[in-house]
Amino acid sequence: MTQQVNKRRRRLLTTLTTGVGLVGTGTLVAPFVASMQPSARARAAGAPVEVDISKLLPGQMLTVEWRGKPVWILRRSERMLQGLAELAGKLADPDSEVLAQQPSYAKNPYRSIQPELLVVLGVCTHLGCAPSRKFEIGAASGLGDDWVGGFFCPCHGSTFDLAGRVYKGVPAPTNLPVPPYSFLSDSRILIGVDQEEASA
Amino acid sequence: MMQSLLHWIDERFPLTKVWQEHMAQYYAPKNFNFWYYFGSLALLVLVLQIVTGILLTMHYKPDSTLAFASVEYIMRDVPGGWFIRYLHSVGSSMFFVTVYLHMFRGLMYGSHREPRELIWLIGVVIYVALMAEAFFGYLLPWGNMSYWGAQVIVSLFGAIPGIGEALAEWIRGDFVISDATLNRFFAFHVILLPLLLAALVYLHIVALHKVGSNNPDGIEIKKNKDKDGKPLDGIPFHPYYTVKDVFGVAVFMMVYLAIVFFVPELDGWFLEKDNFQPADILQTPPEIVPLWYLTPYYSILRAVTFEWLPGGAKLWGVMAMGFAIVLLFFLPWLDRSKVRSIRYRGWMYKTMLILFAVNFVMLGYLGTVNPGHVDLIWFKNVTWAQIGLVVYFAFFLLMPIYTKLDRNKPEPDRVR
Repeated sequence: MTQQVNKRRRRLLTTLTTGVGLVGTGTLVAPFVASMQPSARARAAGAPVEVDISKLLPGQMLTVEWRGKPVWILRRSERMLQGLAELAGKLADPDSEVLAQQPSYAKNPYRSIQPELLVVLGVCTHLGCAPSRKFEIGAASGLGDDWVGGFFCPCHGSTFDLAGRVYKGVPAPTNLPVPPYSFLSDSRILIGVDQEEASA
Repeated sequence: MMQSLLHWIDERFPLTKVWQEHMAQYYAPKNFNFWYYFGSLALLVLVLQIVTGILLTMHYKPDSTLAFASVEYIMRDVPGGWFIRYLHSVGSSMFFVTVYLHMFRGLMYGSHREPRELIWLIGVVIYVALMAEAFFGYLLPWGNMSYWGAQVIVSLFGAIPGIGEALAEWIRGDFVISDATLNRFFAFHVILLPLLLAALVYLHIVALHKVGSNNPDGIEIKKNKDKDGKPLDGIPFHPYYTVKDVFGVAVFMMVYLAIVFFVPELDGWFLEKDNFQPADILQTPPEIVPLWYLTPYYSILRAVTFEWLPGGAKLWGVMAMGFAIVLLFFLPWLDRSKVRSIRYRGWMYKTMLILFAVNFVMLGYLGTVNPGHVDLIWFKNVTWAQIGLVVYFAFFLLMPIYTKLDRNKPEPDRVR
């Protein structure tokens, strides 16, 4: 028997063994990592929510829960809609250029399907706080004389208008997101399903 | 009999050897002062947190519908439950008190310098693990501040371009902070991080005992040895420093227990008022603020409000906060001074260190108040935070320059 060590063979075998070990470890770790993703139950809880809006009067807002997040449904009055057009200079993204923040059918001056009905996620785009409603106009709101109504985040002072558009110079980087939604009839909307899919 | 039992063990396990090497014949510098209490005190708090933590898990329920009530149950119905819970909640703050003073000691006397870089690095990892441990633990009572605090911190990961949202979802295990999040934070808080912390503390001490302790003079006691090879300026850790540390423990426990018995919430500084309300996903507390030990970094996050930065202010704020912690890892190599201890350093390092410490406290305070208000003199809080951010980074990034330029005094040969 020869005592000669075949170094190349030894190195090859070591490399192969290490490689197989790494693949094995990776194969084991993958399901561990995957197990931490939202479970089937959590995903099911993300199912669409149907809302009856027939009793919502102009100026009234309804908050419903979808995927554990508050969704605001606001029927804007004539006066509220007029206020939106005057703000362009004060907003960071008046024309909803950041496409991820709304479905294509809500990329319009009102950020909604029907002009008067606003549907947005009530979650501040800065760090996820819940902004509060500030519908009063002017100094009564506590936000200055030229305030035309909107939302104010108490955490870090971000402000949004009545279309969920963010003002300039506040911590929140983008407009409030509009969730996918669609009209089932004039009085019922479905949050979580896009307009096109619902009609198809 | 005992002698032969010890002999029997020593044949099989290095019991006497370990005792001699790490206690009875471990030579520590004879000139340790007040600042050298905090290492052993931090270890004491770790042990206490583990013991009280185990007792709390016997009654606590990691379930979003039961968690809040189970904490109240501990406070009211479990015999002595209030004591154990307050020891644990005050203990988390005391842990950071001791760790911050321990780290400041290192900065003063140059304990991060060669050959102790690894001790410092392991220490910084312990500090980061401790912040994670505190953050995970803070969700468990399922109070409204628990909930919204977790919401804010987890959404910070969402700022990472591309993978951010998916990563935040993976951490939460849901689209929002929910029962799934509470369950996994509980797992991290009671299993993962305590195991890590225990292992890291062990490594911290192994590394320390390899090179030996630094001292207030910052000079090596191993340079002057007697004929038996024992450092002339060293004394055995046991009994000298074990006795000293026991005295420190007694004084520390008086302070700790006084807080536990008389002001366990410390007026909202150790337990926030909003957390006595159960989590409510539709109602944000008027102001979301982490506990005091994380607020310096929270201030740095909030100080970045410059929208013109590419990628937006939020991303840069998160990066500034991360970078503020990462810089700690580079400290041993940023410091170019020829001497270690502040006793022999020139005015530049002394000034910068004092400025850094005052600034760190200021950032900590600013993290607890509304950024838009004027609480300190003259400027809005956010302006002060921006100044604080600059000072924080200047301390580290200019360190190679000012430690090099500094006119040091000559170090003595022996400790004073």
